[in-house]
Amino acid sequence: MRDLVKEPLVQVEDLKMHFPIYSGVLRRHTGDVKAVDGVSFSIQPGETLGLVGESGCGKSTVGRALLRLYEPTAGRVIIEGEDIATLDAETLRKKRPSMQMVFQDPQASLNPRMTLSAIISEPMVEHSTMSADERQARVFELMDAVGLNRRFANRYPHEFSGGQRQRIGIARALALNPKFIVCDEPIAALDVSIQAQVVNLLEDLQDKLGLTYLFISHDLSMVRHIADRVAVMYLGRIAELSPRDALYAQPLHPYAEALLSAVNEPDPNRARRERIILTGDVPSPANPPKGCTFCTRCPKVMDICRQDRPELAEVQPGRFVACHLYTKAAGSTGASEVYEPTQQGAN
Amino acid sequence: MTETTNLDKPESQVAAIWRQFREHKGAVFGLAVLGFLVVFVLIGPLLWQAETLKVSEALKVKNQGPSLRFPLGTDQLGRDMLDRMMSAGQVSLAVGFIAMMIAIFFGTFIGILAGYFKRLDGPLMRLTDMFLALPLIPLLLVMVMLFRDRIAKVVGPEMGAFILIVFAIGLTSWMHAARIVRGEVLALKEREYVLAARSIGAPPRRIILRHILPNVISPVMVAATLGIAEAIITESVLSFLGLGFPPDFPTWGRLLFDGLQYMQLYPERVIWPGLAISLTVLSVNYIGDGLRDALDPKARGR
Repeated sequence: MRDLVKEPLVQVEDLKMHFPIYSGVLRRHTGDVKAVDGVSFSIQPGETLGLVGESGCGKSTVGRALLRLYEPTAGRVIIEGEDIATLDAETLRKKRPSMQMVFQDPQASLNPRMTLSAIISEPMVEHSTMSADERQARVFELMDAVGLNRRFANRYPHEFSGGQRQRIGIARALALNPKFIVCDEPIAALDVSIQAQVVNLLEDLQDKLGLTYLFISHDLSMVRHIADRVAVMYLGRIAELSPRDALYAQPLHPYAEALLSAVNEPDPNRARRERIILTGDVPSPANPPKGCTFCTRCPKVMDICRQDRPELAEVQPGRFVACHLYTKAAGSTGASEVYEPTQQGAN
Repeated sequence: MTETTNLDKPESQVAAIWRQFREHKGAVFGLAVLGFLVVFVLIGPLLWQAETLKVSEALKVKNQGPSLRFPLGTDQLGRDMLDRMMSAGQVSLAVGFIAMMIAIFFGTFIGILAGYFKRLDGPLMRLTDMFLALPLIPLLLVMVMLFRDRIAKVVGPEMGAFILIVFAIGLTSWMHAARIVRGEVLALKEREYVLAARSIGAPPRRIILRHILPNVISPVMVAATLGIAEAIITESVLSFLGLGFPPDFPTWGRLLFDGLQYMQLYPERVIWPGLAISLTVLSVNYIGDGLRDALDPKARGR
């Protein structure tokens, strides 16, 4: 485990991202989609924090709000001592080089009308006073770093394969020597054989350049491979935030448990873990349940879960869980005796 | 293929576009025809001077068919049609291109502002709707009536009429381009590469110029090529209604309408200007088509 005394590079406090809903003839503000509703975590320098959860739980929104591609509704995002969420436009622009993003769809994240060299040098055009020759030299350097042949510099994105395009995206993110990179499902759109290449590339770059990642993914095996700590999100909130090994060995939050039980075990001889199959749908983030957001699907739901929303609390050293099973009110830890049949749709 | 690619410096945009443009046979043909028309109207008058005839002489040679003396014949006042076609072409082509450029400039500008900046979307699109709802011809008539004399006083009657017509047509035909561009921009600005540019810290104007504008070029191209045709025809309508250029000032549209009365007796009088307008429109359409393909890296080298 990492030394937690160090100053974190990224500190997120109670981040909220609500998207307003307008309805009716008068387009009145009738509610909010609470895509992210009170998320807090910190990332140490050089660390990789995995962010997992099912579709629509707000993973990508967290990533985007972190870099202020969305204006967060509330909360603070402190990167290297500055609160990104409240910086004015010009200071934010100056700050941009230190935080970059790798996008999910490598096809959509590259402008089809720009050559590879133009794409990679764009950040340098924005943020440095390099001459065209210096930029070109740096482009070649970056292409070498991500394993792209220099001959490709004049080609257009559609001439590349998915894996190569993602390398272009990574090269662009690296152009300004960032400290922190948000990887927003960088491997989701790739072929399985290419996924490993890209993830290994990300790891190599981390070792070489001392990068810090927020690795957003729904691929639990990949997260296990790359992340140091893992945050499990459900419906806009963090359910559990634990060191990787501890989480994969014994998930504490019932949702994390259900999620991890879905991971395939490649070795057929090993005892198969009991699958926990959740029933029902994720509640709408526009109208989340009153208590714990997971109470409509939780196999271990208790009465208190429908009333009070559990806060994220440290239940074991380094492990944070938002669940009443582990709060004092509910008594013992890991209590499975408080079993109730799942009640569908009950709020 | 890779061996021929230059290793160090990217191939210049212009060279790549020209290379692809030449692949498109229709576009090359269009460019040749348009080039011929431009040479015809600009260089032609230097090579072919119509004889200056007295009124009595002119009346004797009126309504003649094509001959060596008058290659395209003469009109009802005995004026040389070839000479008229050439000077008419200068005006018509200039009106068509400049009015189209004004319309496309305004349309693209308003479309991009409306699509990119959410706050401007409502007001600008309502303005567009308003312009679309206005009956065009009466509006043009009012504009011409109001401003013709004032502009004529400053720059002379012919130049005044030219400026007025070009602006009147340009300012009343940008709406379709604006709508098309706005729709495209709305879709484009949600694309991840625009998001990527924002995460790099590119300011809006550079995102627009570098990422959005190049990607709306295809629909703009189509709107532009159609716009030229429309502008030439609108100009002839205005002239026909007596609100364009002065009656003795030839334009292709004007010649067409003049010839209309004699169409059954002297069909060539309608055929010449009609052919010129059609060829211009057709060639511009083909050029636009080829240019659109040439500007799209995906279609390039196919």
